[in-house]
Amino acid sequence: MTSIAKPPVKHPSSRTNALGLTLRDYEGAMSTLCAGCGHDSVTAALVQAAWELALEPHRAAKMSGIGCSSKTTAYFMKQSHGFNSVHGRMPSVTSGAAAANRGLTYIGISGDGDSLSIGLGQLSHAIRRNVNMLYVLENNGVYGLTKGQFSASADIGSTSKKGEANEQAPIDPVLLALTLGATFVARSFSGDKRQLVPILKAGIAHRGFALVDVISPCVSFNDHEGSTKSYAYTREHEVEAVHADFVPLQREITVPATDEVLRVVELHDGAQVRLRATAKDYDPTDRESAYAHVRACQSRHEIATGLLFVDEDGKDMHDHLRTVPTPLVDLPYEQLCPGKAAMEKLMERYR
Amino acid sequence: MSGINDFAFKMGTVNGTGSASANALLMQAIFRMGIPVTGKNIFPSNIQGLPTWYLIRVSKDGYTARPSAVDLVVALNPSTYAKDVATVRPGGFLVYDSTWPLDPDLVRDGITILGIPFGRLCVEHFEGDRDRTLLRNIVYAGSLAALLDIDMQVVERMLTEKFGKKPKLLAANHLAIKLGYDYAKAHFQCPLPFHLRSMDATRGHILIDGNAAAALGAVYAGATVGAWYPITPATALMEQFKGFCERFRVDKDTGLHRFAIIQAEDELAAAGIVIGAGWAGARAFTNTSGPGISLMQEFIGLAYYTDIPAVFIDVQRCGPATGMPTRTQQADLLSLAYASHGDTKHLLLFPSDPRECFEMTVQAFDLAERFQTPVFVASDLDIGMNDWMVERFDWDDAYRPDRGKVLDAAALAKVQRFSRYLDVDGDGIAARTLPGVGGKGAYFVRGSGHDKHAAYTEDSEAYQEVVDRLKRKFAHAADHVPAPVIEHQPGAEVALVTLGGCDAAVREAADQLRAEGIHTDYMRIRGFPFNADVARFLARHEHTFVIEQNRDAQLRSLFAMELGVLRDQMIPILDYGGMPLTAKAVVDGVKTHLAGVPA
Ligand SMILES: Cc1ncc(C[n+]2csc(CCOP(=O)(O)OP(=O)(O)O)c2C)c(N)n1
Ligand code: SF4
Ligand SMILES: [Mg+2]
Repeated sequence: MTSIAKPPVKHPSSRTNALGLTLRDYEGAMSTLCAGCGHDSVTAALVQAAWELALEPHRAAKMSGIGCSSKTTAYFMKQSHGFNSVHGRMPSVTSGAAAANRGLTYIGISGDGDSLSIGLGQLSHAIRRNVNMLYVLENNGVYGLTKGQFSASADIGSTSKKGEANEQAPIDPVLLALTLGATFVARSFSGDKRQLVPILKAGIAHRGFALVDVISPCVSFNDHEGSTKSYAYTREHEVEAVHADFVPLQREITVPATDEVLRVVELHDGAQVRLRATAKDYDPTDRESAYAHVRACQSRHEIATGLLFVDEDGKDMHDHLRTVPTPLVDLPYEQLCPGKAAMEKLMERYR
Repeated sequence: MSGINDFAFKMGTVNGTGSASANALLMQAIFRMGIPVTGKNIFPSNIQGLPTWYLIRVSKDGYTARPSAVDLVVALNPSTYAKDVATVRPGGFLVYDSTWPLDPDLVRDGITILGIPFGRLCVEHFEGDRDRTLLRNIVYAGSLAALLDIDMQVVERMLTEKFGKKPKLLAANHLAIKLGYDYAKAHFQCPLPFHLRSMDATRGHILIDGNAAAALGAVYAGATVGAWYPITPATALMEQFKGFCERFRVDKDTGLHRFAIIQAEDELAAAGIVIGAGWAGARAFTNTSGPGISLMQEFIGLAYYTDIPAVFIDVQRCGPATGMPTRTQQADLLSLAYASHGDTKHLLLFPSDPRECFEMTVQAFDLAERFQTPVFVASDLDIGMNDWMVERFDWDDAYRPDRGKVLDAAALAKVQRFSRYLDVDGDGIAARTLPGVGGKGAYFVRGSGHDKHAAYTEDSEAYQEVVDRLKRKFAHAADHVPAPVIEHQPGAEVALVTLGGCDAAVREAADQLRAEGIHTDYMRIRGFPFNADVARFLARHEHTFVIEQNRDAQLRSLFAMELGVLRDQMIPILDYGGMPLTAKAVVDGVKTHLAGVPA
């Protein structure tokens, strides 16, 4: 499936980014997902985000679990290493890779089944550890790959393709992440590239765990009337809290002037996220009000989107571990082995 | 049988009362007198209030296995009096706390009972319940020093080393030792018929437990990432690793760490972290025990199928399920050898003592990277948590880690195309690249079906090509894992085959059998897959005994499955009650079988 290579046609007019790479250079193998699957749109947004950020492809690593969503790591950035691990366990594999080599950009892709059922524990603990990574949760309310069972994010009352209604309360990854202390929490919609791309860019630039919940309809099993994760429902019920523009370090672009309240969040490396609040009093740096906003939307059967919460001062995993700035994989062996003399001294303690 | 520098004694106490330091003091004092000694801590799976024993064996001949009977018992736990008295050999001694009247449970014919009022002495000389309870242990140590003729100078020096900076504690401990010592001297004929006499047989040796030793191995091997979830009896391993790293791997100027230890949310995550770190190019490991190994199964298969190095140190305990967490066993052999679903086989190393824990942990990292696969060090509770007398560890500064086949940017520049799973050298090992390398080096790890280029496949041939390569790789490892130790006696018709910590008891048994005219050849397995010597040895003998600590003769099953040796050709001697093996169990097993064989 994912081994199908795309024909290497180079458009003469292709625009290049700061590294001289075209959008095409950030693409991957041909997608094998169903035509119209929301996940493919997320892939396209990721390609766009990485290209705009001029990420060096080989300095990024793509991590995923198992599911249709998790397959998408093969469909972008073919020049990056990728790791399709086991169902629900991508966060631990990424924690280990990030512990070993803090120099890479980690892009994790997961699904609602992968993240909220089998992998709920690992997701929670990666948030708690504050692993420096982008975590994209492609949320369709179903298990796509196993053909349409309800996932833990299915809303009460949403019906399966067979007409069965879900009666269990959903787990909202955004509320979960806010509760667990995540330092970057956002939600978007696969069909809204204008909103999604800057959020992905800001999430990649964020130091720490950046959760981006993306409503990503499954056209085969959950895009029908009655489904709260359908294209139609999402379009009608989306409430944008803040619109984010991402301004990379030293590559400032002009933001069109608007009447809306503009907030600038400075990232650790000096890059900026500019947030235009649609609701005038929305404060994306206040965890309590973010939580209240998401709950309020929920009670109105609306979906809060946008960059909902950001804290640029949180300690990430390496801060907690107090590791040296050099990636552990780059430390020469001489700096790791205490040597013969130390051994001889140490042996005296065991006499 | 017992005599000068050849006896065993045991303290029966209640856990949580602080007897560990007194027992360690006794053991170390004997060691410093130059006399070979081993200690076995038999402890309960709780924190306070249950029976615990400490067993010390003194052996001028250097035998370290658990003795089957003891010469002296210090019985301080009323709930185990009956059991403790029963383990004293006829003619042996029993020490009890005579503050209270002699319990009828402690009375037995044929042994000598010595009453020492430990409780009263403590009440008279120390204040407060805590001190009185703790120092009671030191008082019995003092009495034993008199009864067994422990060199008091050595004891005094040890107390000064330990409490030198805390004068109040030092004085209290001195007094406690003296109280016990003087009481014994005044009331009994000291020393007892079996006692200690200084020797020079511990020079060049240390007392260390296998968990500390393995942790040190990980430090010296250059491991930088340790991930774990606490579990007895493996816990101390990562704690020791942390201690060593804090000593050796903290940047002096910045205080920053050249290591990362992650206490994961469970063993699944610990395995995932190790695999992620190994893929990224770090030497990474986890320490666990049976229940953790069960949880790690899926990930182990992933690492196997995707050629990712990872080191697992399994400090085995009594299974199944929670089992007996503080008792020892060798019952994870099969679940390690074939861990995970599908066709999987793994490299296993079997240390027999802490020194081998150190050496084999270093080897495990080299093998994991050379063979790009999970490697398991199968230790056990007895090795991991007890202090063993072993030769001092040595280190060769010329050692460099074997990173295996890794293509860096320069090497990649020379290849036409990088195919992650292409077996260029015919040894089943394909070169890997590390994330971050760039150029043609990127590839996609997938646990789903893949071909030799690492691309997704559902094609039978392409799939089989990869799993066949893995099989070749495994077979190739047979000559790289530690070779068996094989020793012959002229004319031996009996073979003793074992592994791990059983070594001590089986060797002792071989000596006893030889003294009775039964000559044996010996083979101790140190690695899996088995090399050709193993098969040859197994084919040679009239009577081959396979001695191991599990119910189902798992090592024998591995011989049968992997080498095609007929099961019935191997006589199992199985000891799986959770206690370290005794020579007696082996001798009895051999003799019982031989007696039943028609001449
Ligand atoms: C241990 C394990 N159990 C079950 C499965 C089967 N399985 C594969 S994908 C999947 C659900 C995926 O759902 P989700 O993460 O929402 O991804 P989607 O396909 O909807 O994008 C399941 C249950 C598996 N691969 N591994
Ligand atoms: S089944 Fe659903 S989630 Fe999977 S590829 Fe098809 S549309 Fe996408
Ligand atoms: Mg899903």
